Amino acid sequence: MSGQFVDQLRQDMIDQAVWNDQLVQQSGIQLIDTPFVTVGGGIGSFTVVDYLRLAGVHTSQITVLGNQDKPYATYKALANNSQIPDYERLRSDAGSVLDSPWGFPSYAFREAAATKKLGPLWTVLTEPIFSEYYTPQAAQVYQSVEREIARIGWYEMLKLGQVRMIRRRAEGGYFVVFTPKDHNARIIYRTRFVHVAVGYPGIKMLQDLQEYKVKHKDLSRVVNAYEDHSQIYSALAQRPGRVLVRGSGIVASRVLQRLLDQHESGRPIQVLHLFRNYVAGPQKTPSAGTRTGKNGFAYQAFNYPKAAWGGQLKDQLLNLHEQGRADLIRQTGGTNTAPRASWTDQLHRCQQQGSYVQLIGQVKDIHPVEGQGIRTVVEGPNGQISVDADFIIDATGLEAGVDRDRLLTDLINSGGARKNTFGRLQVTPNFEVEGAGTGVGKVYASGAMTLGGPYAPVDSFLGLQYAAQQIVDDLAANGFGQRMGPLRSMSQWFKWLRNQQP
Amino acid sequence: MTPTLWGRIQSRLLLVLIVGGTWTLLVTPFIKPFSASISSAYFLTFVAVLIVTFVGVIWELIYHGLQQTRWEKDWPTLFGLLTGIPEFFTTAFWLAVMTGDRVIPPLTFFLHFFSTWIVVWLFANGPIRILFPRWRFNGGRFT
Repeated sequence: MSGQFVDQLRQDMIDQAVWNDQLVQQSGIQLIDTPFVTVGGGIGSFTVVDYLRLAGVHTSQITVLGNQDKPYATYKALANNSQIPDYERLRSDAGSVLDSPWGFPSYAFREAAATKKLGPLWTVLTEPIFSEYYTPQAAQVYQSVEREIARIGWYEMLKLGQVRMIRRRAEGGYFVVFTPKDHNARIIYRTRFVHVAVGYPGIKMLQDLQEYKVKHKDLSRVVNAYEDHSQIYSALAQRPGRVLVRGSGIVASRVLQRLLDQHESGRPIQVLHLFRNYVAGPQKTPSAGTRTGKNGFAYQAFNYPKAAWGGQLKDQLLNLHEQGRADLIRQTGGTNTAPRASWTDQLHRCQQQGSYVQLIGQVKDIHPVEGQGIRTVVEGPNGQISVDADFIIDATGLEAGVDRDRLLTDLINSGGARKNTFGRLQVTPNFEVEGAGTGVGKVYASGAMTLGGPYAPVDSFLGLQYAAQQIVDDLAANGFGQRMGPLRSMSQWFKWLRNQQP
Repeated sequence: MTPTLWGRIQSRLLLVLIVGGTWTLLVTPFIKPFSASISSAYFLTFVAVLIVTFVGVIWELIYHGLQQTRWEKDWPTLFGLLTGIPEFFTTAFWLAVMTGDRVIPPLTFFLHFFSTWIVVWLFANGPIRILFPRWRFNGGRFT
């Protein structure tokens, strides 16, 4: 398919960073005009489109290009693989609502209303002093997005397929080259504004595990936590086993819980947990205070301290230059997990019994051993040790950068965009992609691929809401949509509440 | 909530004056003693609102200082409710100083203060965002 694609998109076009109308018209590819395109079609696109609809933009003015039939499809798949099925709770607070920019009523309020129980509201009242933070069940988030996409006419705007490239237009604006899913004929969208929210381009495994997998062609015993790895839990339900878990963030916590739940329900499972950076006690940071840390883990309720979303830490980051921002993001974010008593108690219990064992060190070698599973050689503080396991789960996270994404790589090579110190897209406080502007046109980006810029929690529900607000406000300032003042906001909120079209 | 200092001050001024003031207007006739005149009851309850507004700015400086000891740099919902207790006493003190012999009946003051406090607190914990969707991202600032 790609060969045919290159044929249709002439090489001289691919070679030119800026296209003009004549060039595109001569190509013979179908050309469609639209004022706004969002690329991705996931929750990043959804939050922006939702806000745009509230800002008075009609569905005919918005084109959503993506390859998922529901905006939460990719998110849900990753959550499921990382052991957060629909009934489990996410790491997101009550007000981090995906289906409305107001966050009111919150997920806690809605759960209380739906279940006719005061528990969720009591939690919100007393968190985090006398109770742990309220977090919504995954299913609640998906259902509420489902309702909202029907309300805003998502499917009138969505075109399923793959975006190949975004090229600047000499006359201003952009050309977006799109391959629809249903047939092969490419389409070029001519547009003034482009929003890019493509999420993580892929799963990145630890280098040593990746090398092991390739060398030994072992695809089922060594996995990334974000891949479907249900075969491991199924195998452990049949026979005794040892699992080595790597990583100490939220995904590691959830995988450990899954394994130890299975162990505590009577299965002979031993979990070995290897730390690269062992957090033995509170973590003092140069410019953000002291974070709780113990038993290997850095603890905070969410990916960042709460004030990173909209308080003094947000302002502090905004006022720093590039290197200072990178430092503060690393101090307040980095690898950390939520301090949930159910997790810490279980780890403590299993540690006492010997079914959960912590190891510290750098991996020197990984190789299969006949009859012993997979051997990992670790250089630790007390010298070298070897540990054998039947399975290895890499729970170090989704670290892939823009280099793994063809569209973003093209945007950097031909579109004027730049990489920041995190290797992600450099954006302004309005989430405009720096360097990619064309006078009257702008490219915006939100989500994981903008980490390292003026806003830290980009890869979160509330962070996506904030990005959407900044983007839509900037679009309104450029004549696209209305700025949402108190009256429009209130009238839209009532429409949202009554499930009427915006 | 995750207020900044300037956001705290702006929110204090606007929420207590507008939301607290509206509530005071509505509730005063129902909580005043039968013997008291409506005008003197309004005088006392509105002086109380002004004290909570402006003396409250000093309290906000203290709360902001306490917030700095928290890793999250946030102000939990419960703190927003419980700080009503110390502010009840300082407001009572300043009210006595400012109004001299026109002493407000204790029950009226108690009902007025805490009902207003709770109404403002509830408004700040949700409904405000219906009108000001940027407020929560701006550390409680309106501008």
